[in-house]
This record gives sequence, structure tokens and C-alpha cells, in this order.
Amino acid sequence: MSPLLHIAAEEVQNPLVPPIPELVIGLLAFVIVFGILAKKLLPNINKVLEERRESIEGGIEKAEAAQTEAQSVLEQYKAQLAEARHEAARLRQEAQEQGAVLIAEMRAEGQRQREDIIAAGHAQIEADRKAAASVLRQDVGKLATDLAGKLVGESLEDHARQSRVIDRFLDDLDQKAEAAR
Amino acid sequence: MSADPTQVLAFETDCHIFDGCGFPSPGLHSFLFEPIWGDGDSSVYFNKTMLLALLGSIIIIGFFWAAFRRPQVVPGKLQMVAETGYDFVRKNVVYETMGKREGEKYVPFVVALFFFVWMMNLWSIIPLAQMPVTSIFAYPLGLALIVYIVWVSLTFKRQGFVGALKNFTGYDKSLGAALPVVMLIEAFSNLLVRPFTHAVRLFANMFAGHILLVLFTIASWYLLNGIGIAYASVSFLMVLVMTVFELFIQALQAYVFVLLTVTYIQGALAEQH
Repeated sequence: MSPLLHIAAEEVQNPLVPPIPELVIGLLAFVIVFGILAKKLLPNINKVLEERRESIEGGIEKAEAAQTEAQSVLEQYKAQLAEARHEAARLRQEAQEQGAVLIAEMRAEGQRQREDIIAAGHAQIEADRKAAASVLRQDVGKLATDLAGKLVGESLEDHARQSRVIDRFLDDLDQKAEAAR
Repeated sequence: MSADPTQVLAFETDCHIFDGCGFPSPGLHSFLFEPIWGDGDSSVYFNKTMLLALLGSIIIIGFFWAAFRRPQVVPGKLQMVAETGYDFVRKNVVYETMGKREGEKYVPFVVALFFFVWMMNLWSIIPLAQMPVTSIFAYPLGLALIVYIVWVSLTFKRQGFVGALKNFTGYDKSLGAALPVVMLIEAFSNLLVRPFTHAVRLFANMFAGHILLVLFTIASWYLLNGIGIAYASVSFLMVLVMTVFELFIQALQAYVFVLLTVTYIQGALAEQH
């Protein structure tokens, strides 16, 4: 064993009696640490922590605002969509109705035109028939008169009588035709 | 660090078992260091623990300086680690005990105290230093005295002179005849015993831890001869186990120290009923 150890062991004092220089250095060291932390570094970090808290809260608020806006826009959009659907349905309905009316009108018009055409046709035929009849009547009357004249040998010059006879004859024919119809 | 001749660690001797030399057991002398500078008798000197105390302070300041000098809202790794430590003391020690409103003012003090004590404890297992500064009674005593001054002056400030005396003595009329005795015991306990136990609790833990570490370290070396090698390995295993255990105890004791601190300050703020 080293002799120095013996000396040291003899000099050992009560460990609960603090040597003043160590007490002073200990206090000094702590005060320096405390001073620098309290005056400079912890205020620094506190400021940043506060900023961070605010920015997080701000972010949350922003997100909430955005969500609310999105919600309202969505609702607006849905409302618009529903309105548009409604409108479309209404338009379709209207168009159908209009279409139906148009078709009916056109059908009526067609009907009317057809009837007109038919009526015109009938009138034309009637007119033609009448013209033909009148021409025929003259021709037939003339032929019959000529023929009768030749047959009886005497000219039925008396125009008025001649006409009356022919007309009466033709009227008889007409009546016969009517009765036959 | 070990220029000091009285700090006889086993590896500085060639003393082994079966060599005819006794076990160089650790003791109070393990906590004494010849001054690096100055004269040990004149009380103007500088020794290893003082050096470690100052170095430790520089380490704490350096760490927080690097982390908090220009802190970012989005923290880097170092800042995140420092913030975690800061937040732990702030929330789990101060706010938990005193509440946010009352406690806010004492956060820097308690934070500084916690990291100072922890660093001084940590020297116990840091290679080359391997000496807990807090195992020298002067250091925990100094800290306990600061805490003492803080809470005693705060009691007078908050409760007035009479209120403070009632606070210290646990004045309670319903005790009747026992009141004077209770007051005497309470005053003794609060004003004299409290700062002493506050300091001793930390000191004794670190002192005992250091003794254990030194004991197993010396034993590992001392037993390193012949059949003793088998025992040396067990002893060395104990060194490792104790190192891990000390790591835990160091943090725990720093926590206990600041927890008691905030409890005392809280007691000064609370109304005496």
C-alpha cells in the first residue's frame, strides 16, 4: 500500500462538513447556469413554443374554415344540382306537352289540307263534269237534232222549240240517271 | 484528472490477490483530491470536483445554447431533444405540482436545477471523470440552501410575518394543549431538518453509488490473479450492472431533488389552514 494513502486516510475529515471553496464554486456554477438559461435561452424557446402553438392553432382554424366553406359550397352545389334537375324535368315536360300540341296541330292541319284537297278535287271533278255535261249536252243536242232532222227530213229550225225538246229529253235522262244512282 | 497521488485506484498499483498485499478498499479518501492548483490547507485551491462542476456547467450551457440559441418553429433533432427535457421538467414537475399560473415564474429555476444536478450526477459514469460532483456534500448543500432561501423568503412575502410563522410551525388551534409541542417539532422539522435532508438525500445516494462502483472496479483488478480471475469477471459484471443502475439513480435523484424543491415552494404559496 502506498504511504500516501495512509496520509490521505488520516487526513479524511467528516464528509458532511463542506469545504468552503467547493461550496462557492458550486454556487457560482449553478448561478451561471441559471442566469444564462433564465435570461437568454429559456425565453428564446418559450417564444418559439408560443409561436408554434399559435401557428398550429391558426392552422387548425384555417382548416376548419376551409372545411366549413367546402361544406357550404357542397350544399350550394347540391342545391343547384337539384334545381337544375328540376328545371330539366320541367323543360322536358313542357317540351313533351308542346310536342304533343304541335303534333295535334299538324295532324289537324294535315287533315284540313287533305280535306281541302279532296274538296278541291271534288269541286274540280264536279266542274269538269258539269262542263263536260254542258258540252256533251250541246253536242248531243246538236247530233240528236241533226240526226232527227235527217230522220224526219225536216229541219227543226225553230231554235226555241228545238232547245226545249232537247232539254226536256236530257232532263229526263238526268232524272233516270239520278233514279238509277 | 488523476495527477493526484492520493487518489489511489487499484490499477495504479500492482496489487493483486495472492501477491501478499491487502485489498485497497475504497473509503472516504476516495472522495478527496489533491488540488490541481493552489494549496489545500489555505482554502484557495482548485481541484478535480471543482473542475468537473465548471465543466459540467459549460456542457449544460453549451447544450442548451446549441439547441435554443436560434430555435426554430419546426425543430431540428437537437432542439427536439432539448425541448423534450425542458417540457418534462416544466410540465411533469412544475405545472403538475404548482399549476401553470403559479408555477410559470419558477420554471427557469427548476429547469436549471434539474439539469445542473443531473449533469453533476452524470460525471459518476463519464469515463476519465468518474466522480459524481454531488457526492461532495458542498454542492448539494449549496443548492439546497438556495432552495431554502427561495421558499422561506417566499413564505414571508406571501403570508406576512405572522402567516409565515404559522406556516412554519403548522399552527392549528384544534390541537389544544399539544399545540406548543407540535409547533416546536414542526418548526424544527421545517426550518432546520428540511434543508439538511434535502441536501443529504442527494449527497448520500451519489456517495453510496460511487463507493459501489469504485469497490467493484477495484475488486475486478485486485482479483485478476490465478483462480481469482473467475471472481474478477463476476466483479466486472457488477461494474457494468452498477453503471446502468447508477444511470437510473442519477436521473431519479435529480428528479427527486427538483420535485422536493417545487413541493417546498408550493407549500410557501399555499394558505395555512
